[in-house]
Amino acid sequence: MEESSVERAPDVRTLTLEAFADTVIPGEKRWPGDRAIAGVSTGGGSVQAGALAVLEMPEGGMAPALDDVVAALNIHAEHHRDRVGLPTDEEVPPFTALPWADRTAVLNVLTAVGHPEKELWTGLALFCYMAFDTGAHLPTTEALAEGHPGLTLMRFETPDADGLWRFPDYSYRRPLSKLHPDTLENGSLK
Amino acid sequence: MTAGSVESTDVLIIGSGFGGSIPAYHLAAGGARVLVLERGPWLAAEEFDHDLRLGTSSTRVFEFVVGQGMSVLSGNCVGGGSVVYFAAMPRAPRFVFDRQGSIGHRLWPAAITRDALEPWYERVEEALPISQASWDTTTYAGGLWAAACDHAGRTCNPVPAAVDSDLCTNCNWMMSGCRFDAKRSLLLNYLPAALEHGAEIRPLHEVQRITRLADGGYRVHYNTVDEVDYRVVTGGGTVDAKVVIVAAGAGATPVILQRSEPALGTMPHAVGRYFSGNGERLNTAVIDEDKARDLLGLDRGDGRAYQAYQIGRGPTVASWDRLDGSRPEFERYSLEQLYFPPGLGTVLAQVPGADGPSWFGPGKKELLRDWKSWLTIFTMSEDDNEGVFGAPPPTGNANRFSQQMFGFGTISYEPTDNTLRGWEKSDADVREILEKDGLAEVLPWTNDVIGAYTVHPLASCRIGDDPATSALDDRHELRGHPGIFVTDGSAVPAGLTVNPAFTIAALAERAVPGIVAALRERGVQVVYGAPSPSGAAGGRRATREFARAAAR
Ligand SMILES: Cc1cc2nc3c(=O)[nH]c(=O)nc-3n(C[C@H](O)[C@H](O)[C@H](O)COP(=O)(O)OP(=O)(O)OC[C@H]3O[C@@H](n4cnc5c(N)ncnc54)[C@H](O)[C@@H]3O)c2cc1C
Repeated sequence: MEESSVERAPDVRTLTLEAFADTVIPGEKRWPGDRAIAGVSTGGGSVQAGALAVLEMPEGGMAPALDDVVAALNIHAEHHRDRVGLPTDEEVPPFTALPWADRTAVLNVLTAVGHPEKELWTGLALFCYMAFDTGAHLPTTEALAEGHPGLTLMRFETPDADGLWRFPDYSYRRPLSKLHPDTLENGSLK
Repeated sequence: MTAGSVESTDVLIIGSGFGGSIPAYHLAAGGARVLVLERGPWLAAEEFDHDLRLGTSSTRVFEFVVGQGMSVLSGNCVGGGSVVYFAAMPRAPRFVFDRQGSIGHRLWPAAITRDALEPWYERVEEALPISQASWDTTTYAGGLWAAACDHAGRTCNPVPAAVDSDLCTNCNWMMSGCRFDAKRSLLLNYLPAALEHGAEIRPLHEVQRITRLADGGYRVHYNTVDEVDYRVVTGGGTVDAKVVIVAAGAGATPVILQRSEPALGTMPHAVGRYFSGNGERLNTAVIDEDKARDLLGLDRGDGRAYQAYQIGRGPTVASWDRLDGSRPEFERYSLEQLYFPPGLGTVLAQVPGADGPSWFGPGKKELLRDWKSWLTIFTMSEDDNEGVFGAPPPTGNANRFSQQMFGFGTISYEPTDNTLRGWEKSDADVREILEKDGLAEVLPWTNDVIGAYTVHPLASCRIGDDPATSALDDRHELRGHPGIFVTDGSAVPAGLTVNPAFTIAALAERAVPGIVAALRERGVQVVYGAPSPSGAAGGRRATREFARAAAR
């Protein structure tokens, strides 16, 4: 079915949150002219790993706040843009319009110790981060089967056929150091 | 509940972790009517998921409360911390009981020394049970840490654990509950034995406050919470009890008492003060695999030297060289190998040599690429009991943010120079051991994201002899509020320099005879002297004398 380009154009919320997530764990551009992803890294980053899905999950508790978060982030981005003298860019939201280094600078300020909104921005960053290294929106077996970018990059081991992990080989099985001289028979110190 | 009817019991226990389950068993076995209210759900082995998705057991049984400068991780389910813990069970070193902290006199009650606690440790060891660790059951990660310690001229010990090695698959999912019943949680010993003796446990019942009855007893007020969305209150009620045992964990017990203060009257000064995070600190190293082979001679038999971070069962070894009583206080700590799953276990790790942000960004992605070669080292040091709780939130001990797990609490924690010195020394030690001859690159976790963090909350309602700095007497009774006892981690006076659950459990065992005496004073026909939940009676023999004296 034909989709109009208007319908396909990502909205402010998506563009802003994706740009934020891509600052937490960057990935490569999904298509030429992908504005949300800065493209400073190869392979998938937080966005490809499902950051938006994680942020929208009812379980996480973040979803009801996202519109406000997006608006606030863009105001911070405008202040930063004007302070460092970057040109305005009407095509995408202000945070998305920032070059990668400036997105990082904004994130550093917002999550720094002492920033009045630190809790909010750190929380947002934590969810984006978790999307990458846990795939928190997907059953882990499914995430692995689908080649989830974070778990795959970490080379997270795959489970047995029943979906459970077991590692029969787990030990060097030999003494590897001297024991503390005060060790008792029960294994604790004297 | 029918309107107008008043539910009552002999003993009401708040929380079903170590501090709750142990008295629940002994008091039920001794003939008392016991009711346990637990805020979390009640899960069995087959419900413990191997899954990182939000909403699986990884979040259902867990609580992560972010405060000012301190985040506290704990259990949120029947069995409490024993369901999520790593089951490392060393006894506290002797010097710990002589600690003075910053108050200039011994923190522990005169009645409690390592020797005095020994028979109670024995009881717990028999009950769980705890097994001796060996090199054969030491995981690759533990072996690597031991070999690195050895290479640096240090010692390292396999740590006793409440894990049945024959059943353990080394899946490293134990933080979401043990699927294989290999981890000896309280779901396998004290709790089923308590049920057998008629105790009742109600999950999804969150106690809010305690009020006083005219007859000297107490009324406990609870909310029931939704089984999926813990933010949703589904109802509530009250239960009257002759004796109340508060065992909601060191992050929650003081909050319940604070909220009860308007009705109960002034709380001891030490309620909600002197919180200790057990001096926790983490360092993450990325191991050079070639060096692990060449310097340490490690080989998994398939050409790989290590690459085994994911394999195992939390911590299996610890270096205890700095647990030396002749060293100054605040400079003694253990260095334990540890595994934390992705998410909580990786986010605070910093990128060595980063010139940009250290916990996120492209460098962090590269760090994660080497995740299989990570090694995490856990410091447990002597902090300065600097945590203080603010005014209680409307319900529970946190403003819940997510359906499960995440919330914002009222604790504030500003590490003193003493605490910081211990962390610095331990960081330097870890670096010296792991960076020797280029074995690894290592950095501590950042404290700039969520503050310091602890899985070992302690001391927020502590025992002691000095009423000015302790909330409980040496029988765990709340000063000025007879018939209220606190038997969980909040009763431990200060950081232990080792994993605390064994000591918390031993103290809970030791507190029971005194609670029996309090019940008898209130006319409840209860006796002390049950054998171990398994029926074994070795531990009982050794504690008989103390129990007789306490019951008088
Ligand atoms: C990931 C992790 C790993 C750990 N590993 C180890 C280890 O290897 N070795 C070790 O010694 N220790 C370990 N610990 C610490 C250990 O779990 C705790 O020290 C121990 O469980 C504390 O016992 P407790 O009785 O004080 O409280 P808990 O075990 O926390 O029990 C308190 C209970 O009270 C419930 N509760 C709280 N508030 C309320 C309320 N208002 N109403 C009703 N119920 C309430 C809670 O849900 C909980 O079930 C670990 C902890 C964590 C989180």
